[in-house]
Amino acid sequence: MARLIIDADTCTGCEACLPSCPFGSLSMKDGLALVDESCNFCRACVEACPVGAITVEMEEKAVPIDTGSYQNVWAFIEHEQEKVSSVSLELLGEGRKLAEALGCQVCGMLFGDPGDVDHFAKEAIAHGAEKVYVMESPLLKQYRTDPYARAAVDLIRKFKPEIVLFGATTQGRDFAGTVATTLGAGLTADCTGLDIDPETKYLKQTRPAFGGNIMATILDYPHYRPQMSTVRSKVFALPPRDDSRKGEIIRETLQMTEDEVRTKILEFIKGRETVNLADAEIIISGGRAIGSAENFRIIRELAEVLGAAVGASRAAVDSGWISYEHQVGQTGRTVRPKIYIACGISGSVQHQAGMKTSDIIVAINKDPDAPIFKIATYGVVADLFTVVPKLTQEFRKRLGR
Amino acid sequence: MKIAVCIKQVPDTTDVKINPETNTLIREGVASITNPFDEYAVEEALRLKEKHGGEVHVISMGPPQAVEILKNALAVGADRVYLISDKAFAGADTLATAYTLAKTIQTIGGADLVICGKQAIDGDTAQVGPGVATRLGIPQLTYVSKVREIDPVKKRIVVERLLENGKEVVESSLPVLMTVVKDINEPRHPNLMGIKRVAKATIPILTAKDIGADENRIGLKGSPTWVVRIFSPEARGAGGEILKGDLSEVVPLLVHKLMDTKFIK
Ligand SMILES: Cc1cc2nc3c(=O)[nH]c(=O)nc-3n(C[C@H](O)[C@H](O)[C@H](O)COP(=O)(O)OP(=O)(O)OC[C@H]3O[C@@H](n4cnc5c(N)ncnc54)[C@H](O)[C@@H]3O)c2cc1C
Ligand SMILES: Nc1ncnc2c1ncn2[C@@H]1O[C@H](COP(=O)(O)O)[C@@H](O)[C@H]1O
Repeated sequence: MARLIIDADTCTGCEACLPSCPFGSLSMKDGLALVDESCNFCRACVEACPVGAITVEMEEKAVPIDTGSYQNVWAFIEHEQEKVSSVSLELLGEGRKLAEALGCQVCGMLFGDPGDVDHFAKEAIAHGAEKVYVMESPLLKQYRTDPYARAAVDLIRKFKPEIVLFGATTQGRDFAGTVATTLGAGLTADCTGLDIDPETKYLKQTRPAFGGNIMATILDYPHYRPQMSTVRSKVFALPPRDDSRKGEIIRETLQMTEDEVRTKILEFIKGRETVNLADAEIIISGGRAIGSAENFRIIRELAEVLGAAVGASRAAVDSGWISYEHQVGQTGRTVRPKIYIACGISGSVQHQAGMKTSDIIVAINKDPDAPIFKIATYGVVADLFTVVPKLTQEFRKRLGR
Repeated sequence: MKIAVCIKQVPDTTDVKINPETNTLIREGVASITNPFDEYAVEEALRLKEKHGGEVHVISMGPPQAVEILKNALAVGADRVYLISDKAFAGADTLATAYTLAKTIQTIGGADLVICGKQAIDGDTAQVGPGVATRLGIPQLTYVSKVREIDPVKKRIVVERLLENGKEVVESSLPVLMTVVKDINEPRHPNLMGIKRVAKATIPILTAKDIGADENRIGLKGSPTWVVRIFSPEARGAGGEILKGDLSEVVPLLVHKLMDTKFIK
């Protein structure tokens, strides 16, 4: 068992470690720090201790594997409605950096109907894939957990990549967990930073936790491979397209039949409007101050002029003015647009958890003390019912729409 | 129909803040809550039981203080609750957690339906649900926003899954594991009777041995991923700029600034 050890002779009882623990596992007893069972060995206290009294004793992993037989960096090439998702291309760009640091190749992992895959593979190669591992089958035409998970597991077992990256999309997050569990490998969710440790050559995966209030860096320990992560979209830059690039395509056929697929898609109901908050470059959100479903019109008008998606706070959703698909925040969606315009939203921590990594945040609120202003790039203290229509008008003028 | 629900105790994130001066974590008190998505999971289980009969078993892996959230689950109407608690579970990542929860579900005799929240708000991984399904060898339905039909006799379920650009209607056989989003229902609060019942209840605790867990697959030892560093996110560029003055100037100024970013096309 791993243990957190607080050296009684070194501990000065200064209490510096107490507030550093995100799990509240530390307390004071008889003038010394004490740890309880809820400790997760995250080492926040180890760094916080000014006298070095805290150490973590780790245990060697049980079953060693031959990590040397794993090589190359793979990016899962996701596609939907005949298009490769931009996050997959971003992963190829970032994957190349990792591959350079490791001295290996960056490759795509692609599944689909034999009739569709060539087109997607070309797209991956144009964006930097040196090889594309393709699993073909009519079962893979449309995303479903079972055949996709099987395809990934079979390819990974056969070709042994050292690192596998998935987009942290609904698709990626649906089946990456299945793949990792089947392989008995680690999986770090929703990463926003990836690096290769110069000494150990391990993948350092950095991600937000606790609603974005803290960042954690995570390693996969030696006896587990591949190292896998899901990565948020738009964190990494889209690599430039170069159609003259050459790449190798390795084809495999999925050994699975339709009756092994345990779920069946009966129907797809397209959202009434484009709610695709995950992909939106610009989001205009309305909060409780909007006051009614009808009033969301002014938000939609601005969104339309800017080609933006419409978001909402939970207060607006719970009031029934707009559907849950639009909710941004801890119990809604996490978004990371270039521009987020919050209209009549106070900026509670739960709302911020879903949007505070946006590049530019604009807050429009009557209350100068609203917490949203603390994270806003630009703030306007005024009535949204005056400001938003004026903004729409001004953008129309500037954009000639 | 037997329904197992996995719930997790999480710190109320409102309590985890960054001290802007020292850039360290400040955690006032240790208020803990049921992971919000898991409340919807419990509620859905109760509603399905009310409609189709059966039992709701709620399980949570965590330190001893996690009994609190299980008491809440009992108070709203869960039939059985179990705390999975052992020093050997400490430091579990999603792989080890999924293993432990799956082992527990097997120990209590399996279930026709397993319900998890979409994700836990502390770790935000959304990996445990699919992990448990994989370990149990049953299919999974993630992001469920509505159970359209469930037939415990014919062992069939039809649900709506909330995706990025719409809803997918999917059919699956039972047993199945589903993870739920907030849209699925409105969780109830405990009534007086429920609160009374809980006052007397003792919550059974299962250890690693009780669930027959392989010690190499639980806790930190069974976890491929280890947190090596925790730090504060970069503070957003030194507070914002409040655009002051008459709106006839402020609005064009804001538009100008946003146009300058080149993000507007
Ligand atoms: C477990 C849990 C999970 C949650 N998850 C989420 C989540 O995912 N997303 C989320 O958003 N919230 C979430 N919440 C709720 C959150 O705590 C807040 O209650 C919610 O975000 C408030 O929404 P709001 O800012 O629109 O409303 P309010 O806080 O009421 O703010 C309205 C703002 O509008 C301003 N205003 C009023 N009139 C005008 C006007 N005419 N012009 C300009 N400004 C005006 C007011 O000054 C005020 O600041 C969660 C809460 C809990 C407990
Ligand atoms: N320790 C735990 N005990 C019980 N259920 C859990 C635990 N951890 C995660 N879960 C379940 O798995 C879901 C997803 O959690 P996560 O993968 O951590 O985001 C949660 O909503 C719970 O339903």
